[in-house]
Amino acid sequence: MTRPNTYRSGPDERGHFGIYGGRFVAETLMPLILEVEKAYKEAKADPAFEGGIREHLKQYVGRPNPLYYAERLTEKLGGAKIYFKREELNHTGAHKINNCIGQILLARRMGKKRIIAETGAGQHGVATATVCALFDMPCVIYMGETDIARQQPNVFRMKLLGAEVVPVTSGARTLKDAMNEALRDWVTNVSDTYYLIGTAAGPHPYPAMVRDFQSVIGDEVRVQMQELEGRLPDSLVACVGGGSNAIGLFHPFLDDPSVKMVAVEAAGHGIDKGPLAHAASITGGRPGVLHGNRTYLLQDEDGQILEGHSISAGLDYPGVGPEHSWLHDIGRVEYVSATDQETLDAFQLCARTEGIIPALESAHALAEIVKRAPKLPKDHLMVLCLSGRGDKDIFSVAQHLGVKL
Amino acid sequence: MSAPKDNGRIAKRFAALKAEGRAGLVTFITAGDPDLETCRAVLHGLPAAGADLIELGLPFSDPMADGPAIQAASLRALHAGTTARKTLDLVRGFRATDADTPVILMGYYNPIHAYGVDRFLADAIAAGVDGLIVVDLPPEEDEELCIPALKAGVNFIRLATPTTDDKRLPAVLQNTSGFVYYVSIAGITGTASADNAAVGAAVDRLKRHTDLPVAVGFGIKTPEQAADVARVADAAVVGSAIVTRLADGLDAEGKARPGLAEDVLGFVRELAGGVRGARV
Ligand SMILES: Cc1ncc(COP(=O)(O)O)c(C=O)c1O
Repeated sequence: MTRPNTYRSGPDERGHFGIYGGRFVAETLMPLILEVEKAYKEAKADPAFEGGIREHLKQYVGRPNPLYYAERLTEKLGGAKIYFKREELNHTGAHKINNCIGQILLARRMGKKRIIAETGAGQHGVATATVCALFDMPCVIYMGETDIARQQPNVFRMKLLGAEVVPVTSGARTLKDAMNEALRDWVTNVSDTYYLIGTAAGPHPYPAMVRDFQSVIGDEVRVQMQELEGRLPDSLVACVGGGSNAIGLFHPFLDDPSVKMVAVEAAGHGIDKGPLAHAASITGGRPGVLHGNRTYLLQDEDGQILEGHSISAGLDYPGVGPEHSWLHDIGRVEYVSATDQETLDAFQLCARTEGIIPALESAHALAEIVKRAPKLPKDHLMVLCLSGRGDKDIFSVAQHLGVKL
Repeated sequence: MSAPKDNGRIAKRFAALKAEGRAGLVTFITAGDPDLETCRAVLHGLPAAGADLIELGLPFSDPMADGPAIQAASLRALHAGTTARKTLDLVRGFRATDADTPVILMGYYNPIHAYGVDRFLADAIAAGVDGLIVVDLPPEEDEELCIPALKAGVNFIRLATPTTDDKRLPAVLQNTSGFVYYVSIAGITGTASADNAAVGAAVDRLKRHTDLPVAVGFGIKTPEQAADVARVADAAVVGSAIVTRLADGLDAEGKARPGLAEDVLGFVRELAGGVRGARV
């Protein structure tokens, strides 16, 4: 494959990253998707829109968050110098809010009156409910029953914030089913409703738009690393569910050839334990079409979508954002995976050595650092996206560790 | 695009309906629901019960545009082991008994994508499929399947919806063949019903843009509603109501109770009665 001049120009007019992406939606939604695309294009060109986002990210979300030198973990692993990008310090405790601020400001520009969203771990649901409270808009969150059971604190948070949480009982009752149900709602309420998608997936323009809103992560890292070390980082590591925190960290660096990028998928019980045992769409899946885009999917030979498994509710989506599929195929980003067990170990290591309880999603990226850092020289600058805090996960971690709360 | 070199079954059927001076009944069932054998019994009985065209659902794990009734039908079919290949086998078996009734496969793109577009089209033609309705392929993605299907001689029937405005309609109709399927509500299958006046106006609007027959569906549940639509459109499509009737005939384990196929066909007969009596 020939190397493109830039890795940052995608998608094309029709929403394609190479062969991935696109707009595979029902006709009822198509005019609306085009309307979102047009509105986003106009908003991007309007300095007032950009200014509004910057202001909210600063005053409400608390950005910029630190690029923190994890000294004890660095010493413990004995290799690369490890920095954490502290997305978990954002208001609501994860990177998800970056995207929600951008999209709700867009929804308001478009004159939409009602917000819907899907959520897996509940982080995106909480972030959406939060911005809906802030901007006084009715909010309906679709969440699989299985996820509702394992993420009770976030369900309660969303309700406190005034959102309606609708349990989804179709399929395996997790994130993919919540997304189906949100799409069904949208088809039914096209005139007044905005669908606030939580990751860099779905039909064009969502993958590009969510990436743009999350790129604040990488943009800040670039400036902060310059201040701290006077140069670019050597490698970036992030977990991948749909891929929004990873693409947000990676995208500003895609054209810096010295910067290596590693994305960590959820290997669940192990990729070798069969297609139902993990949620690693790129490492263990193949290209197909779901939820509006062509991308790597967990599916059987007949094209039926499989239910992924991960200890983390935010990663067990059977797809991945289309830009990641492309970055994988052209080899710009390396896609690896971490098992539930490796994740639990890294989760505890981080808590004890750094005094930070990470989200289980982020702990997948930590697990990769544990494998990779010891083999690298001490002047190798490695950045981990600590995408969220782990308060929401303490109940399920306790259960896995056999502790009764 | 010029008229595709398809087998002409759909055009012939609509011409015959026009000659009879009545609208057609299009019935939807999901392939392999609740099991292949029962589905076959229903399928083979449909023409005699009054179905003029048949839509056969290609089951998919994630039917985003469908309501609870067809979602459940899809899952029953998948649990019964239905695949794209077995769906085509059903059509082949049907064709051996009926050379004239058009069969249209309706579903989502991924199972066809996984099968391989060219191979799927070749096998579909060989099985006797006349057209495809693929919900998640808007005109923006025509190169995926629509153009190859038209080239191969399989009709590609597009959905037009209340959100398809006059500006967009030409793009939607451009590569549509066979007939146009007007989705009478903004929503998923098997939920709300549109009011008659709105349907009439929508059909008139479509007719200003195309000479193709217009079938109207989504939300038609009774013979009376089917008759109302038959007064203003070239065909009425009934799906969820038939699928629900089928689901009512399942026992607690989800197995077909004796007489299920006959009961479903009885309901189709009532619907056909409504459609056929509409324009007297
Ligand atoms: C803390 C955290 N990190 C990561 C993810 C995965 O999403 P994405 O891949 O879009 O960043 C989630 C999803 O819920 C999350 O809550």
